[in-house]
Amino acid sequence: MRLQLPNPGLEDRILSHEELDKLETEEAGSGDRPKWDNKTQYMLTCVGFCVGLGNVWRFPYLCQSHGGGAFMIPFLILLVLEGVPLLHLEFAIGQRLRKGSLGVWSTIHPYLAGVGIASMFVSLMISLYYNTIMAWVMWYLFNSFQETLPWSQCPLNYNLTGLVSECEQSSPVDYFWYRETLNSTPDIGENGGLQWWMVLCLVSAWAVLYICIIRGIETTGKAVYVTSTLPYVVLSIFLIRGLTLKGSLSGVVFLFTPNLTELTNPTTWLDAGAQVFYSFSIAFGGLISFSSYNSVHNNCEQDAVIISAVNGFTSVYAATVIYTIIGFRATERFDNCLGGNILVLLNTFDLPEGNVTESNYDQVLQSLNGTHPEVIQGLNLKTCDLNTFLSEGVEGTGLAFIVFTEAITKMPASPVWSVLFFIMLFCLGLSSMFGNIEGVLVPLQDLGVFPKSWPKESTTGITCVLCCIVGLIFVQGSGNYWLSLFDSYGGSIPLLIIAFCEMVGVVYLYGIDRFNDDIEFMIGHKPNLFWQITWRFVSPAIMLVIFVFYFITKVTETLLYKTWNPESENFPTLEEKPYPAWIYVIIFILAGIPSLAVPGTALFRCLWRKRDRKSEQQELKTVSDQMDMNDKAQDGKSRT
Amino acid sequence: MLVWILFLLCQVGAPALAQDLCQRDAPNGYKVRISLKTALGEDAYEWNQSEMFFFQATMAFAMRRHFQMETYNVDNIILCVQTSRVSFWFVVTSPDNTTMLIPKADVEKAVRMSRHRINNAFLLSDRTLEFLGIYPTLAAPVNPDTPPWLIVFGVVIGAVCAGIIALLVSSLLQKRRKEKGMTEDGQDEEDMQVKGVENGINLDGTYNRGFTDDDRFTKL
Repeated sequence: MRLQLPNPGLEDRILSHEELDKLETEEAGSGDRPKWDNKTQYMLTCVGFCVGLGNVWRFPYLCQSHGGGAFMIPFLILLVLEGVPLLHLEFAIGQRLRKGSLGVWSTIHPYLAGVGIASMFVSLMISLYYNTIMAWVMWYLFNSFQETLPWSQCPLNYNLTGLVSECEQSSPVDYFWYRETLNSTPDIGENGGLQWWMVLCLVSAWAVLYICIIRGIETTGKAVYVTSTLPYVVLSIFLIRGLTLKGSLSGVVFLFTPNLTELTNPTTWLDAGAQVFYSFSIAFGGLISFSSYNSVHNNCEQDAVIISAVNGFTSVYAATVIYTIIGFRATERFDNCLGGNILVLLNTFDLPEGNVTESNYDQVLQSLNGTHPEVIQGLNLKTCDLNTFLSEGVEGTGLAFIVFTEAITKMPASPVWSVLFFIMLFCLGLSSMFGNIEGVLVPLQDLGVFPKSWPKESTTGITCVLCCIVGLIFVQGSGNYWLSLFDSYGGSIPLLIIAFCEMVGVVYLYGIDRFNDDIEFMIGHKPNLFWQITWRFVSPAIMLVIFVFYFITKVTETLLYKTWNPESENFPTLEEKPYPAWIYVIIFILAGIPSLAVPGTALFRCLWRKRDRKSEQQELKTVSDQMDMNDKAQDGKSRT
Repeated sequence: MLVWILFLLCQVGAPALAQDLCQRDAPNGYKVRISLKTALGEDAYEWNQSEMFFFQATMAFAMRRHFQMETYNVDNIILCVQTSRVSFWFVVTSPDNTTMLIPKADVEKAVRMSRHRINNAFLLSDRTLEFLGIYPTLAAPVNPDTPPWLIVFGVVIGAVCAGIIALLVSSLLQKRRKEKGMTEDGQDEEDMQVKGVENGINLDGTYNRGFTDDDRFTKL
């Protein structure tokens, strides 16, 4: 059953175990390869990379919409079967081969270099748009240092007679997000020009990132002490504050109420698998790089298990915190809705205050409906249902910038909570960006794009400047639509392909036997049966299934996107529009080029090697060539 | 006698006339709605006749304040259609001629001018003491000269730039120090070669040709 694909020359490309031990003892401080100052830095960096914005704004939504507490079951199962093995694999292979992602895959087999190149492309695309989200977070953070938060009330219109109509129809938070932050155009085709305030925020986001990665892990290792630990502190503060607010428990109960029938729905399992996969930041190449700076005998198995556990725990913890605040907001909305209805009844029927309360509202309404049905009809009372407000399931930027900010405005001392919340989001995103940028910089170095003589500061600086310039796409009026495009297509399909190729490459090209021996050499014992089964069959199978389903879903769905159009009929509901035809080209570039880099590089290397072999054969035929070789040998001897 | 009967009729008729002037949906009247429990909760006072009198007095004050010349009195404010919601209608009669009503627009101006005083008299706000039809004026927005976010941005960018420059300068200095250290080592080596190091021993002094072994060639 041990399937092993032929892999000639592997021994020549990798360091043997003895050489590794020698490297370990000799190096100690010197050498080109950077090293972690201590284990804590490494663990915090990996935790920071894995724990990101998705834990805060994707997982709670999935949890709540797929049956609450019941969602934990597919999530935990897939965490163990898919997340932990993939993580262990990346850590082990990076630690063993002591190279970045491009180096590792080229070493395993020259034809696999495409996997490394695809990782680099994906990391690059994600870095571009991820830092724009950081820019948005910084904008909100800068605007939080005011007594009245700017998104708590609508601004007045030009002649000060009333509120701005766009704001009146929607809400202050919506208006602040779509108009004052994004200045969103109604269509992806209209680019609306660069929004200068967002350009400033983008520059500041890239500047902060640059100062943290300026000397590689030397500076990153120090930055993660803050960026990886602060989110947990802030989450705890919010939990305590949230639990003291009215209605928070109803939010938590709503989140965790299990609905076991959801487990029969295949989308639940798919979404759980995809969430585990994307949450672990696998296939970016960053984790391989980080673990290659470790000492050879570091216990990567233990690290993988610890980091997976921390990631899973953080997802659940963040979901709890978020839903205490959402419960508070929903209760507040429900109270306002009911209060409004009660006031209308009091005013219309001139009843004394206190006659109609929340408890007897339904009775009174019924009796009034019996006596004055036409009047009640004319009033257009809104139906107030707490569950509707709770299940206004929002995820992504909508959760952070609309729902949560609205909830914050209703809490006393709002600026403090706003500052804390956005600092937390910023730290979560920044620590993920460290890994993304590592996945871009190390392959660039390996490819030799920058000359070796250039100092690290300039290579990171140039990369940051170029990414900032390209990232200007996302700060135009239509930037939000571009960002969701990149997010849906650039960051989904290629990662699944890369992860699948990684597993197949290590298990079947590198050889599971050799891999087991390596791990025994590194940590002292062979990986047990669980790892064998998951690496060889279970995890690749899961990856394949998720990929096939994802691919089919993406290809068959009609491509629509949601736009903010004040002119539309259903304003403020987002208007769904089909993408224009030229977007399909962009989608192909985003998803196709990294995916095609894998077979493409293999083909390219194959043809190049055939060419090399032909010219080698031609050289060896002449005798004079052999003569020259002998002279060179003699020259060499005389120099000693 | 007739005069006396007429006088009696006037005394009876006047309130009746007043009632005709003030009615629900009166063209020159306003409906007032008061929400005491919403505004004051447990501290809410009871709305009774004294409070109604207070309201009349406050409205008379407002009219006097607006018109300044004319002396309005409590009798000029006529209230009617009271409900348990606490809402009622009122009209304002002219002090010179009690049958003539002050037009709606003038009453509105008077109310707007003294709205803040009227609210405070009853410990209420624009929302809890409503004059239906007179919309509260919106507070003028406070526009600071520099938007506050720009200040925070400036601070952050300044700190980050200072940090970047400090790190770049420190790495430049480190590099220069390393280079200096290396060139000093190089010079030591060259000196050693010039002085004639053989077998690691420093040979000081000049080389004396008198002691060269050139007997090899002249041996017979």
